[in-house]
Amino acid sequence: MNDGKKRDKKVFQLTRRKALKSLAAGAAVLALPSRDAAASVWDAFFQKHFRRMTRSDLEKVLARLEREYSQEYAQEVKVGVTPPIEGVKYGYGLDLSRCIGCRRCVYGCVEENNQSRDPQIHWIRVVRLKKEKGTDLHYAEHYYNPSQVPEPGHFYMPIQCQQCEKPPCTKVCPVQATWTEKDGIVVVDYNWCIGCRYCMAACPYGARHFNWAKPRIPNDSLNPQTHYLGNRPRPVGVVEKCTYCIQRTRQQPGRYPACLEACPVGARKFGNLLDPESEIRKLIENKRVYILKEELNTQPKFFYFF
Amino acid sequence: MRNVFSFAKGSLVLVGKGSKAYYIWVFSLLALISMGVLAYLYQMRNGLIVTAMRDQVSWGFYISNFTFLVGVAAAAVLLVIPAYVYHWKPIKEIAILGELLAVSAILMCLLFVTADLGRPDRFWHLIPVIGLLNFPQSLLAWDVFVLNLYLTLNLVIASYMLYSLYHKREPKKSFITPLLLFSIPAAISIHTVTAFLYSGMGARIFWNASILAPRFLASAFCSGPAFMILVFLLVRRYTKFQIKDAAIHKIAELIAYAMFINLFLLGAEVFKEFYTASAHLVPMKYLFFGIDGHTALVPWIWTAMLFNLTAFFIFLAPSVRKNHFMLVVGCVLIFIGVYIEKGMGLVIPGFVPDVLHEIYEYKPTGIEVMVSLGIWAAGLFIFTLLLRIAIPILNGDFHIAADGRGSHIGDHLFLVQARAADPEEDAGHGPEASARSDP
Repeated sequence: MNDGKKRDKKVFQLTRRKALKSLAAGAAVLALPSRDAAASVWDAFFQKHFRRMTRSDLEKVLARLEREYSQEYAQEVKVGVTPPIEGVKYGYGLDLSRCIGCRRCVYGCVEENNQSRDPQIHWIRVVRLKKEKGTDLHYAEHYYNPSQVPEPGHFYMPIQCQQCEKPPCTKVCPVQATWTEKDGIVVVDYNWCIGCRYCMAACPYGARHFNWAKPRIPNDSLNPQTHYLGNRPRPVGVVEKCTYCIQRTRQQPGRYPACLEACPVGARKFGNLLDPESEIRKLIENKRVYILKEELNTQPKFFYFF
Repeated sequence: MRNVFSFAKGSLVLVGKGSKAYYIWVFSLLALISMGVLAYLYQMRNGLIVTAMRDQVSWGFYISNFTFLVGVAAAAVLLVIPAYVYHWKPIKEIAILGELLAVSAILMCLLFVTADLGRPDRFWHLIPVIGLLNFPQSLLAWDVFVLNLYLTLNLVIASYMLYSLYHKREPKKSFITPLLLFSIPAAISIHTVTAFLYSGMGARIFWNASILAPRFLASAFCSGPAFMILVFLLVRRYTKFQIKDAAIHKIAELIAYAMFINLFLLGAEVFKEFYTASAHLVPMKYLFFGIDGHTALVPWIWTAMLFNLTAFFIFLAPSVRKNHFMLVVGCVLIFIGVYIEKGMGLVIPGFVPDVLHEIYEYKPTGIEVMVSLGIWAAGLFIFTLLLRIAIPILNGDFHIAADGRGSHIGDHLFLVQARAADPEEDAGHGPEASARSDP
């Protein structure tokens, strides 16, 4: 039996078992929620777009979210809304000749940004490439499991959101649930996204991820320091993505993104593109730069060096 | 106002009454709808993880069905043009059935899109002013706009015409003609916008082709009319409503042209990809031949090709397409062929391989199939009820009573009583009537 058939069978069995349960749940959805829950459910339902909220709207929303998350994860959770820093536009650099394909960045990102552990969501995908084929993704291997990295004849390319200057994803969103912030970071309002996944179809980098099921994070693994547009726990049925660790990088003094800190070989670089003295600017000026899928004119703010 | 009330009351009487076959049909549809609703509730409870869609293939069976049905809806224009631009009487008499089909198809489209949403509870974000529609940037916003516009247009046109006929009045030309003329570009726009929705993305090489919108329209003008011919043949066989052979044969002729253009455009695209044989070829190779042993779509697309080609040859020769058995065969082949080609055959290769060239083979789960069946049943249910009211009005059995208040229902079932009566009725239908094969 192939996977598809097995999957079908499983789903059908689940259906039989859960048909009545679903019916009951459906009825419960239709029934008005009671007392405290009612207020919260309706507040969430009528919550405005992030950029349309007044200061007092926002404070109420943040208080509600903090209450809900704290209750759900049995610890105090903070939801910040630190705005972009004036005169800063973030850029990311990745040295392809240094990356060893260990994928510690992937898991550093998962922990920092509260990605779902089950089902697993990864904002960073590291592919293994053959040296003689170059960066042609057609020859990319997505699942590889060597006992030791790096492997002879290969190099590795981590791919995550490229924070494009001309992002196809924000252009296609039918409800403006995703947009570019002043510091160049493309964000999503998880409470406004309707889950149509048009942005996922439009993204050339596979950088957007959908919550196909309710994300699960063990209570003790949750990072309680969150940002509204970044790593706060996401609801089911919405799209999420890398935000250059908005909750860290917007602090003053800023912190590096978690993937950079996790990298054991220093392949990752990060900084302010508008500051001519910044490390990222020096690197762009002095190293050879490779732009992923440059022909699509998305103008990434993610630079590969080689 | 009282008239509207008695019209509504009469309509309710009509939909509640019918032959045994009608009841069986309606209740089977209701059973399928209930199954779909249950499956959908299950999906709502567990999330879209119960579908086979994943990050690699983020749109699947729902959006495939949506894409196909937009074409079916757009095809009403193929009746509206000869009827109201060229005032060709045989089609004018039946154009309204095409508009009712468009209404049903658009409603199915909206249901399919809703079933695909991760957060259907937030649909109101799409409503301008209250929500925040990303207009004119997002093609999906355009699609929401044109689909609703086209739905409203067809609803207004059809209900106004039927309501006028019910009152035995001539529809007011100054009101209805502009709407009808406007519905022509609106029909074309719904399918063009849907094609642009795909072709506007540089990330998806399979869709990123200028030829996509014309291909969409050409295939739409095959599948929609094919379905209409099947409905017309059923309607005139089982109800008193007369549909002239000339009308059916004209639509079949239009299908022949449309299918030629459809196949030609497909050929042009296949040539460009395979002869160039660049990296762009991969999705099309996946569709037609499979890549690296992944061949999920291959049998389907070749079935579609075979069906479309066979149908094309059936419709090519006037003598063959006028044989009503062959006509039915051709229509069924076209409907299935285009359904495969414009559905899964269009949507899935856009995602396989994905943007990072990973291959994830998509095959809908039982839940997806059940929800989709439910939506198809809902569409057919709506179409059936609309026909149940429209046909008696069109053949003059349901109209305002002599007192100008109540409604008059001439005959509750409107069934063809005796088949033997047919030949006399056909006598006036011109030379083509003799080619008609059913007795």
